[in-house]
Amino acid sequence: MSAGGIRPARPFPEAARDTLQDAQMRRNLKHATTTIREKRLRAVAELPDWEALRTRGAELKDASLSDLAEQLLTLEAAVKRCGGQVHWARDAAEACRIVTDLAALHGAREIIKVKSISTDEIELNAALEQRGIQAIETDLAELIVQLAGDTPSHILVPAIHKNRAEIRDLFRQKLGAELLTDEPKVLAEAARLYLREKFLSTKVAVSGANFAIAESGTVCIVESEGNGRMCLTLPDVLISVMGIEKVLPQWADIAPFMQLLPRSSTAERMNPYTSFWSGVIPGDGPQEFHLVLLDNGRTDVLADEAARQTLRCIRCSACLNVCPVYERAGGHAYGSVYPGPIGAILTPQLLQLEDENANTLPWASSLCGACYDACPVKINIPEILIYLRGQITPHKSHNLENTVESIAMKTAAWIFNEPFRFEGALKLARTGQGPLVQHGAIHALPGLLGGWTSSRNLPAFPAKSFRELWREEGEV
Amino acid sequence: MSGEARLEMLTRIHRAAAGPKLEIERPPIPASTRPRAEIVAQFAEYAAEYRAEVHRASEADLPVLLAALLSGQNVLVPEGFPAQLFPQPATHKPQTTHADLAAYDAVLTTCAVAIAETGTVVLDHGAGQGRRALTLIPDWHVCVVRSEQVVDSVPEAVAALQEAVLAGRPLTWISGPSATSDIELSRVEGVHGPRRLSIIVVD
Ligand code: SF4
Repeated sequence: MSAGGIRPARPFPEAARDTLQDAQMRRNLKHATTTIREKRLRAVAELPDWEALRTRGAELKDASLSDLAEQLLTLEAAVKRCGGQVHWARDAAEACRIVTDLAALHGAREIIKVKSISTDEIELNAALEQRGIQAIETDLAELIVQLAGDTPSHILVPAIHKNRAEIRDLFRQKLGAELLTDEPKVLAEAARLYLREKFLSTKVAVSGANFAIAESGTVCIVESEGNGRMCLTLPDVLISVMGIEKVLPQWADIAPFMQLLPRSSTAERMNPYTSFWSGVIPGDGPQEFHLVLLDNGRTDVLADEAARQTLRCIRCSACLNVCPVYERAGGHAYGSVYPGPIGAILTPQLLQLEDENANTLPWASSLCGACYDACPVKINIPEILIYLRGQITPHKSHNLENTVESIAMKTAAWIFNEPFRFEGALKLARTGQGPLVQHGAIHALPGLLGGWTSSRNLPAFPAKSFRELWREEGEV
Repeated sequence: MSGEARLEMLTRIHRAAAGPKLEIERPPIPASTRPRAEIVAQFAEYAAEYRAEVHRASEADLPVLLAALLSGQNVLVPEGFPAQLFPQPATHKPQTTHADLAAYDAVLTTCAVAIAETGTVVLDHGAGQGRRALTLIPDWHVCVVRSEQVVDSVPEAVAALQEAVLAGRPLTWISGPSATSDIELSRVEGVHGPRRLSIIVVD
């Protein structure tokens, strides 16, 4: 069964129309995102220098990306020094081949997996299955999703669209567990028993990586349940698939990320377990370690100066939890293993803006900016969304060519580029809007622009812009 | 094959990176100025919030506390754990298999560093801490933390662990017992790791 990959089967508006019908999913999602959102604000408020930390996180990632070849070579040398092996994979197929070859070499019929989006991205489970090797997901939520033949709907809580009764039925059916209640505790116990046996008997494990430290060859996995520790410790062979953007130059650089990541993702001060390891450790853990460095479109993102910051992402999912579009449409609507605001910018870019369906994702946003405020590494998602809309519209998509929106976006990009143009445009808009304004809002725009106001009002432009008021105060 | 991929990826990166290498400063981490007692108290409080069972003991009381806490249990004690604290004959042999480990009720270890900001204990799997499987498979982990091992912040802990990491040692950061919130976001302790974590802070 495939975990999804990054090629959406349908355009976002079409997929979202369907997912919007799923009331259960929306209730679960609303509950989850609201809960995590509130908790997160408290967790973030505890650290006095959150803004400085975000800046530091962004700077560190940018520094590493600006010197990426060197960092990867340093990492490679260090991993080898510590007794590990390093593989380079240009695309998903190559990465899958490396991992399946290694698993087959060890005669594995089954491998255990730590939850990892990069292996979902390359559709590793399907590739393994083709070679007759079954991948067993060991994260509770991933296991639920896998048993259900479903795909994850959230980066962090992949089974958030399922409720306890559904999960109980699933475990009864697939694990043959006798479950008297649907208490989460009882369900977790059933999974524990099933997986414990797998942990103790399986020889090959596959993981992703949250971070890797170039100078020491240290790889890091951040998790909650201990299934990660089990996979990283008990098998004989460990294979970790890591996007090349995950590397950090020095050990000291991990500090801000261990502060930013848990508070942004689960809204905790710290996640229950984090593992760091360097190569193989004699007498402790797997005695064979392989690190697969994955490109799969990342160097194209790197080459695009305007959107490069996308690669700072640490997959915390904070942007999902604050996004009004995600909250309603749900993760499945995005058709990619990367849902929500980050998915809307990352998915089309990883596909070189060549995939028609993925190219609809940058429009899956209200541009409210909440994702930018939440992002612990300050990725300016709204800016990149607008930029990608501009990129996609004229060149890539025939049916979007020269639509009103494409022209509007091109104009907007031109206007926003220079402050004087922006101010000029505001003045123009104020003068032009006169006949359209009723009670401080525009209810119906003329002509083709009417699509914009058919389901919402456009607030009228104020009599004076913020910049004008500011200047009048004598501050500029 | 692989060499070809490596070369091509490195070429792509070189072509992609237009600008100069961004230099980044790494000023030394200033040591916390908060009073020790406050730092240690916060560590104990935060660890307890993560549902670790926290005890505090003086050096002198420690053996008594350990004996009482672990009486009647089949306890695994890694090599290098101070024998005078828990005189039960050390049961751990390096060749103990993973399945054997499951037969122990509890494992008793020291740690490398503890962090007040988050209520975390960190093992670098040196003497007294055992290889990684030891603190993973038994259902109860009892960890002795000396108050001077508690640092205030995550960056301080990272600095303190630098030597171990550069020496190639693995690290395990532990904040409370194993937990999941995957089913309707209700927190359940112990899916895979130890379901019970006891931390003994020694003053
Ligand atoms: S884009 Fe930012 S907020 Fe979203 S997952 Fe990535 S790091 Fe987190």
